Amino acid sequence: MSVKNIMRIKNAIEKVMNAVFFVCGMIAIASVVLITIYMLLSGLPAIVEIGPINFLFGTVWKSTAKEPSFGILPFILTSLWGTAGAALIGVPIGLLTAVFLSKVAPKKLAVPVSAAVELLAGIPSVVYGLVGMLVLVPAVAQAFDLANGASLFSAILVLSIMILPSIISVSVTALNAVPPEYEEASLALGATKSETYFKVSVPAARSGIAAGVVLGIGRAIGEAMAVMMVAGNVATMPELFKSVTFLTTAVAKEMSYASGLQRQALFSIALVLFIFIMIINGVLNFVLKGGNKNEK
Amino acid sequence: MENGMENVTPIIQTRNLVLHYGSFQALKGIDMDILPQEVTAFIGPSGCGKSTFLKTLNRMQDLIPNVRIDGKVTFHGRDIFDKEVDVTWLRQKIGMVFQKPNPFPMSIYDNIAYGPRLHGHPSRAQLDEIVERTLRGAALWDEVKDRLKKSALGLSGGQQQRMCIARAMAVNPEVILMDEPTSALDPASTMKIEELMTELKKEYTVVIVTHNMQQAARISDKCAFFLVGELIEMGPTEDVFSRPKDKRTEDYITGRFG
Amino acid sequence: MKSKSRAFWDVFRNGIVYVAAAVTMLLLVGIIGYVLIKGIPELSWSLISSVPSVIRGVEGILPYILNTVYIILLSLLIVLPLGVGAAIYLTEYAQNKKLIRIIEFTTETLAGIPSIIYGLVGMLIFCQRLGFQSSLLAGSCTLVIMTLPTIIRTTQESLKAVPESYREGALGLGATKWRMIRTIILPCSADGILTGCILAIGRIVGESAALLFTAGAGKVVADNIIEAYTRSGATLSVGLYLSAFEEGNFDVAWAIAALLLIMVLLINSAARIVRAKAAKKQ
Repeated sequence: MSVKNIMRIKNAIEKVMNAVFFVCGMIAIASVVLITIYMLLSGLPAIVEIGPINFLFGTVWKSTAKEPSFGILPFILTSLWGTAGAALIGVPIGLLTAVFLSKVAPKKLAVPVSAAVELLAGIPSVVYGLVGMLVLVPAVAQAFDLANGASLFSAILVLSIMILPSIISVSVTALNAVPPEYEEASLALGATKSETYFKVSVPAARSGIAAGVVLGIGRAIGEAMAVMMVAGNVATMPELFKSVTFLTTAVAKEMSYASGLQRQALFSIALVLFIFIMIINGVLNFVLKGGNKNEK
Repeated sequence: MENGMENVTPIIQTRNLVLHYGSFQALKGIDMDILPQEVTAFIGPSGCGKSTFLKTLNRMQDLIPNVRIDGKVTFHGRDIFDKEVDVTWLRQKIGMVFQKPNPFPMSIYDNIAYGPRLHGHPSRAQLDEIVERTLRGAALWDEVKDRLKKSALGLSGGQQQRMCIARAMAVNPEVILMDEPTSALDPASTMKIEELMTELKKEYTVVIVTHNMQQAARISDKCAFFLVGELIEMGPTEDVFSRPKDKRTEDYITGRFG
Repeated sequence: MKSKSRAFWDVFRNGIVYVAAAVTMLLLVGIIGYVLIKGIPELSWSLISSVPSVIRGVEGILPYILNTVYIILLSLLIVLPLGVGAAIYLTEYAQNKKLIRIIEFTTETLAGIPSIIYGLVGMLIFCQRLGFQSSLLAGSCTLVIMTLPTIIRTTQESLKAVPESYREGALGLGATKWRMIRTIILPCSADGILTGCILAIGRIVGESAALLFTAGAGKVVADNIIEAYTRSGATLSVGLYLSAFEEGNFDVAWAIAALLLIMVLLINSAARIVRAKAAKKQ
């Protein structure tokens, strides 16, 4: 083969590989676009048919009744309260554990605790669901003297554990990135170590910590299986010690047997959930960008 | 006493101060008296131990792992390594300004108020007063009085460093340690800080580490020359620069090494 | 000297930090311990090696185990070239900063989408539009999109860690770009790609919501590989959900949970070892 031919083949391979990698690079974009299109196409018809106001603010969900009613406000509120409750419990514990890991812990303790956080993140949600269903739910029933412990409260407890790893790992990264000069300056002014961590390090890492919290909120609002197993799945307006249905579980519960408008309405619920997640993603992106600007 | 020509009680004294980083001996038995209301400058080539020594005086060295300190450091005659001494009190009394300006990512006001808020519960009016007084003291008030609530990170490097000096002053220290405070600054800002130093010594004892011998000559009353962990010579700045007793000091200040 | 209230707050702050860390630790130890204690006694060989049958009164999780393995294999087979390719495009080829940002943003977005949405979209696209029905094939395809961000991110990180001088060295010797990537870049980032694989396996093993709607709930053992992928089948996680929530078969559920946790422990340790090895090399 002549040198020229070899060169030609090489160039051709180069061009082909370039194209192959370009296609791979586009897959993430294509997936997001595809998911968005499918969510919209499958979710909008029922909203149009039911009417957005009736759908979003209707308080009665009777999908299989003779005269069905498709109001998803109970699901929306349950998801909001559930997520807020999980954050209320999970954020303090997560943030303090992050301070422990990043600043306070002697090496001997930091290694096992950070391994524990990684493991918590790896436990499948059905396992959380199982433990929640067979241990937590009966315990809640007994502690609060309820007939049925499967409730918003139980779901909040399970979710708050499930969001811990996201909050902790992102916050630890942010706290580790706080310039040591800040802490030095604080100590040199006569602050104790704990004063320094709480009054300088945590505020300095706030955008990263906020990102961790938002990430955790995203996890909580999107969780389906674990919540399904502990929340009782009754389509009523949320009350702390009553059985409730989240956006995710409303879809998961009925999808396997739904048909017609009921099925379309389930896709509409998923669309609402998808919009929530997209908003959270947007906030996350914004928070992270704002953080970078501050550091410059 | 080597440098005690006046009859003033030293505010800080060290005796046979030895410091190890692991097995490396960074300070090899330093004896020094630092007198109040003076500017004392430490000079010497990099790695000579002058910054290490400075950071020992307010126990910032405690924060570095694997450091062992032997010998004695006294502040007003009290051993600073004594178990009874509260290190937060010590660092309040002996403030520090660092090589790189290190404002907190907060407003100018909150930066200054940070220290006073730690050490007490000052009222709003008291804080306002402290902020204004210290910023005036650091010759920064006129430049920032309209943007006290803005982030300190928006100040220029020189302004940041002066704010850090004001922040150090806000907790009422007696001594201010400065670790090459102008090495990261431009000449104009450096000059402002040098002018400030002569003002500061009216109220505070100032100890400054500097790379810049002209700076030491311009601003200090006493000068100490360090070399590989030893204090070679210390005395009135004029004497050290014009009639050094030690050959090594002479070599250094005439620029033969370093 | 420190005031009394200041000393109190100091102790208080340190106290809550330790308490929080202890709570996190106890939660983990409690959950894992409880599941293992409940589940390991149920994990008999006959359970692991049997196909369940209501008629014969046999309980078994063999189909779940096989389905899990099948799904892991096919998903990785597809996602690896795609993810690594995307990472290579991002770090080695892409010039347009805006495009890079969009790709990275969409990758982040994919990572944030809840699995139930993947389940629905996977059902619409793979099961219905492409006609795969409820099958391991449809489930694997869905998981490919789900694990894509993991592979892209870990590969990208390790690609970025390859020193620029290696690239310059290879290109300087007259290597074409693809040859440089094949011979220099990819070998150097093998550890990162391996970490990505391990993390992806972890995600696949734990996934349930997305698979319930795409891979279905079948629990038979297929006769051949084609049948295996074209039939519906539940993985261990889905099987756990079915046993506990639909069938009320808690003994089997605990056994599967214990098996899952053991797998998670192994996966986590593997990831740790690979990462430690990679860190050592640098």
